[in-house]
Amino acid sequence: MSTRRVANFKWLVPFVYILFLMLPIYWLLNMSFKTTNEILGTFSLFPREFTLDNYRAIFTDPTWYNGYINSLIYVCVNTLISVSVALPAAYAFSRYRFLGDKHLFFWLLTNRMAPAAVFALPFFQLYSAMNLFDTYIAVALAHCLFNIPLAVWILEGFMSGVPKELDETAYIDGYPFWKFFTKIFLPTIAAGIGVAAFFCFMFSWVELLLAKTLTSVEAKPIAAVMTRTASSSGYELGLLAAAGALTIVPGAIVIFFVRNYIAKGFALGRV
Amino acid sequence: MSARTTNQKAWFLVAPVVVLVAFNAIIPLMTVVNYSVQETFGDNLFFFEGMKWFEEVLSSDRFHDSLLRQLQFTFIILAIEVPLGVAIALAMPPKGFWSSACLVLMAMPLLIPWNVVGAMWNIFALPDIGLLGKTLNTMGFDYNFTRQPVAAWVTLIAMDVWHWTSLVVLLSYAGLSAIPNDYYQAARIDGASSWAVFRYIQLPKLKRVLTIAVLLRFMDSFNIYTEPFVLTGGGPGNSTTLLSLDLVKIALGQFDLGPAAAMSLIYFLIILLFSWIFYTVMTRGEDN
Repeated sequence: MSTRRVANFKWLVPFVYILFLMLPIYWLLNMSFKTTNEILGTFSLFPREFTLDNYRAIFTDPTWYNGYINSLIYVCVNTLISVSVALPAAYAFSRYRFLGDKHLFFWLLTNRMAPAAVFALPFFQLYSAMNLFDTYIAVALAHCLFNIPLAVWILEGFMSGVPKELDETAYIDGYPFWKFFTKIFLPTIAAGIGVAAFFCFMFSWVELLLAKTLTSVEAKPIAAVMTRTASSSGYELGLLAAAGALTIVPGAIVIFFVRNYIAKGFALGRV
Repeated sequence: MSARTTNQKAWFLVAPVVVLVAFNAIIPLMTVVNYSVQETFGDNLFFFEGMKWFEEVLSSDRFHDSLLRQLQFTFIILAIEVPLGVAIALAMPPKGFWSSACLVLMAMPLLIPWNVVGAMWNIFALPDIGLLGKTLNTMGFDYNFTRQPVAAWVTLIAMDVWHWTSLVVLLSYAGLSAIPNDYYQAARIDGASSWAVFRYIQLPKLKRVLTIAVLLRFMDSFNIYTEPFVLTGGGPGNSTTLLSLDLVKIALGQFDLGPAAAMSLIYFLIILLFSWIFYTVMTRGEDN
């Protein structure tokens, strides 16, 4: 009986949690529709002089909207590289035993642990020496440091959940490896690829330290444009809030697309 | 599942990954190692110094203080986020529209750029214009995170809980939804209490995802830089200067490359050691 009474109020826990999550986002949105004067002058839960000027400023100024485009380009390039090289590697880890496999796997994971702050300066030197400084490809390659290990880790989990009989049957049927891999195996773990891509997108989109270090003008990410504006033009709070609110949008779109995979997907295949 | 077969040709499949990651990992790491044993006077003049920087860093109070703050931070957020995440996942609707709605909303903070998270919490918590700061002060609490170290810590932890608890929720939820319904039916027939169901059915099944959650949270909280940098800038004073904030101050602020590099390596080894211990303990007996 007591369990049933508990069950009736169970929804309160996620409800309160989501409320807590939404509060700072609501405040950011609220600010983005105010003028800087109103933000500093009055305290109100809703914008009194509702304005879209902050958003208009962003969509008409190339330094702002190019920031978004730059970020999206290197994030997509990185996701593409990370997932496509991680696929064969994850297959190797899940199906074969080979010299140094366990050590290699742990070594890959250690790169997920490397603090970006440690690598910022050497990365700058490395990519400058290669003449890749301030290009999309530099940021996309640099983010591979933590995204490839993660993608391998996630995909390996999914692939280990697929019975090995699938591979064996295909070989008996005379499929060559690559044909089996692309025609049969990849569609089987489509959910896993979706989740791996989601994680790569997420970590590349939110990372700023390396992206900022490796770019100056041409490939500057939106998040770095924000820090520059914060210091150069005083404290344009309304504009900053609008720019921040807009950085939430791509993530929200990606979540919407993977919403059906989230439940199964985050289990990383085998639990 | 049948055992893996030995096949050395598998190296061809992992080669692209090894090349790409090694390029990004080994060359910069060797640069750091290089700095850590040398003294520089500008003009690209370097002198070999041996272990001097390591000894200096390991015996400095400054390093001990930021390491202690870092451990304190990581311990507190793990102690809050992991139980809270599991509790929320248990209370969520198991399937259907409401569970997807919950998941989508909860995943939101994970996809916000880290400096935006810092900026968002800054304007949310400011005592004069922020919702949280203003409300607390109106209610009579003296709260100003830019001046009070305790308030700065509370804000920093609240921000991290806000930012990352959802990751634990999503992982635990996925782990829970992988438990077959038969298990629960069997438990009901045996008349098991809900605590027993949690302790003997749900928790063991969550072990793997919780290992992942704790490892990810541990590594990322140890590496945290952007959010506290934007929120508090390490202040007031040095009260929220975590390891990586201190490191960047030394490396780029004072341009002391030798000590900064030595500190980086020590820092990295600490993360490696903790992760390895944790990974080994949690996966013991699971392999093969």
